Amino acid sequence: MQRQYSYRQLFISVYKKDVLLAFRQRSEIINPLLFFLIVISLFPLGIGPEPQLLARMAPGIIWVAALLSTMLGLDKIFRDDYQDGSLEQLLVSPYPTSLIVIAKVTAHWSITGLPLVLLSPMFGLLLNLDSNAMQAAIITLLIGTPLLSLIGAIGAGLTVGLQKGGILLSLLVLPLYIPVLIFATSAIDTSAMSLDYTGQLAILGAMLAIALVMAPFAVSSALKVSVS
Amino acid sequence: MWKWLHPYAKAQTAYRLCNTLLPYFAVVAVASIIIGWVWGLGFAPADYQQKDSYRIIFIHVPSAILSMGAYSSMAIAAFIALVWQLRNAELAVIAIAPVGAAMTLIALITGAAWGKPMWGAWWVWDARLTSELILLFLYLGVISLYNAFEDKGSAGRASCILALVGAINLPIIHFSVEWWNTLHQGATITKFDGGAIDASMFWPLMVNILAFAAFVGTVVLMRLKNEILLREKHRPWVKGLITNQTQLENQNVGDKNAV
Amino acid sequence: MRVFLLLKVENITCIRQDRCLFENLSFELPQSTIMQLEGPNGAGKTSLFRILAGFTRLEQGKRFWFGKNVVDDEETFLSELLYIGHKTGVNTQLNAVENIRFWQETHGYTHISKNDVSDCYDLLANLGLVGLEDIPVRMLSAGQQRRVALARLWISEAKLWMLDEPFTAVDKKGVTLLQEQFKKQLARGGSVFLTSHQDLTEHFEDLKILSLEYKI
Repeated sequence: MQRQYSYRQLFISVYKKDVLLAFRQRSEIINPLLFFLIVISLFPLGIGPEPQLLARMAPGIIWVAALLSTMLGLDKIFRDDYQDGSLEQLLVSPYPTSLIVIAKVTAHWSITGLPLVLLSPMFGLLLNLDSNAMQAAIITLLIGTPLLSLIGAIGAGLTVGLQKGGILLSLLVLPLYIPVLIFATSAIDTSAMSLDYTGQLAILGAMLAIALVMAPFAVSSALKVSVS
Repeated sequence: MWKWLHPYAKAQTAYRLCNTLLPYFAVVAVASIIIGWVWGLGFAPADYQQKDSYRIIFIHVPSAILSMGAYSSMAIAAFIALVWQLRNAELAVIAIAPVGAAMTLIALITGAAWGKPMWGAWWVWDARLTSELILLFLYLGVISLYNAFEDKGSAGRASCILALVGAINLPIIHFSVEWWNTLHQGATITKFDGGAIDASMFWPLMVNILAFAAFVGTVVLMRLKNEILLREKHRPWVKGLITNQTQLENQNVGDKNAV
Repeated sequence: MRVFLLLKVENITCIRQDRCLFENLSFELPQSTIMQLEGPNGAGKTSLFRILAGFTRLEQGKRFWFGKNVVDDEETFLSELLYIGHKTGVNTQLNAVENIRFWQETHGYTHISKNDVSDCYDLLANLGLVGLEDIPVRMLSAGQQRRVALARLWISEAKLWMLDEPFTAVDKKGVTLLQEQFKKQLARGGSVFLTSHQDLTEHFEDLKILSLEYKI
């Protein structure tokens, strides 16, 4: 019988496995969301409940909370696979490592980023966002969270072999998130003033495109270093 | 028995190269630091607006330039290390990172100190200061990643990857911060008037930039030497180096005793 | 039948933590051969395996797969390699069937049916794991987990098996089962390269032995 190599099959298998595992341990999906919710509810308690003030600060709050909650799950992308040896197995499979990385990052995004996007209207309501800004918040999260997963995967790949990689991971990755934060919050700000914010979205999209092309290679070389 | 050594002979060559270059850099650094500082701090005319407080540019500007210069050279070394798998380039990345971080820190502190008389506050979210702060974070990331690994071979490669990723991100971060700053520009920030700097201030500044560059070069070379020795400590040429050294010292001691 | 040279290794050297584990090691692994890597603890058996599989960067020396340098065509080499290390690559949250399916899908094996689950069940029954197919692997005993990992030998179509201590935690019956499977692999022209502290000479007459010494 002939061996069947198919990139599509590999992508689906890796993706399916990670999503399945996340659904087996639902806390992995729910905890970052709860964290996001708690961080958001801390801000009104810290700075006061005035609706205008909250609406003014909402873009920043939402995005900082999104960055932090993505950080929570980031360590998990490769950690389990590294510990049980699946990562080694994937590296000695004849498929390109970057493809495996893309599958794993996509899976990570669908279990952390996507729920965040879907629930963001609710969080927007808590912070008194108007409908324009709400729309912008959803769109920026939709473009921005995959970007966070991609950039974060580089850090996760670099630190997966370390005993205490968690804090180091945030130190490595958070500075790289700054452009995303700046353009995403600015898009929401602009939309709140009923102005056109497609420029910011275009820049976010461009960054996503660049990350999509370059990050998988960076991650795969990082993984090779970690496994060696 | 030591046959497996010969591919690593390059480290020895690099070490020798460092040794030859080091005195030149050191001499230029010391001489130009003395000239630059005496000239800049003592003789250059005071600014009509900022009086003597402007003199901090003779430290601030060179260190800021060098902080970025060091990052670019680190990124180039990282690229070489990853593409051609040169271990010496890896070591260069490690040698440069803390020096660059120190330059960034100097730039930040002097910038903040300058900000106090200029803007009336120690810290202002000025675009350049903010980028410099993020640059410091990137440096610290590279350094702490290197220290986190036990196996220094993997540590070097991991830091190279991070340095390269940072280098790709740095322009994006820089422009986004600048853009963000123009968007949020507060009343406290006064831009320098863009007019050309007077020659009486320009030349001491140039000398200082040269001085800092030579100084960074000196320290990086010294660190690179150390890193090479540390990484190659079990190789015979390093051992030979040490025994030669001790022989010389013994001789010296013997000479002194004879006197 | 002409016997091909599967793997040829030339002059590889491994230095770990400033200690030279082996230098200028060269050997050949022909087709239909079982080779045992021997040596005391710390002699560098696992390091050698990791170098051959390509995890550790080759500082010096070359690997050839069917006469071709592996660096030039890593894909072909990897598609014909089955490597099972200390970390077995079994996901303990998933059950045995899911693990087998995942290996099958990520390596393109068609040896057992993709859609028909009874193939999987037969395989697991053969391995003495009847009734444990649907339980997450973490609930199984160490030996049973090992058996799940080794199930890969039954679905693999790779020419070269590199097994780091395959007999760990496996009982006598399991060992016999494995040895039978090795013989099948040899019969179909594949090779087995393994580390083990067990004596295999009585089971395999033409066992090749590669010894590593512990050096200080």
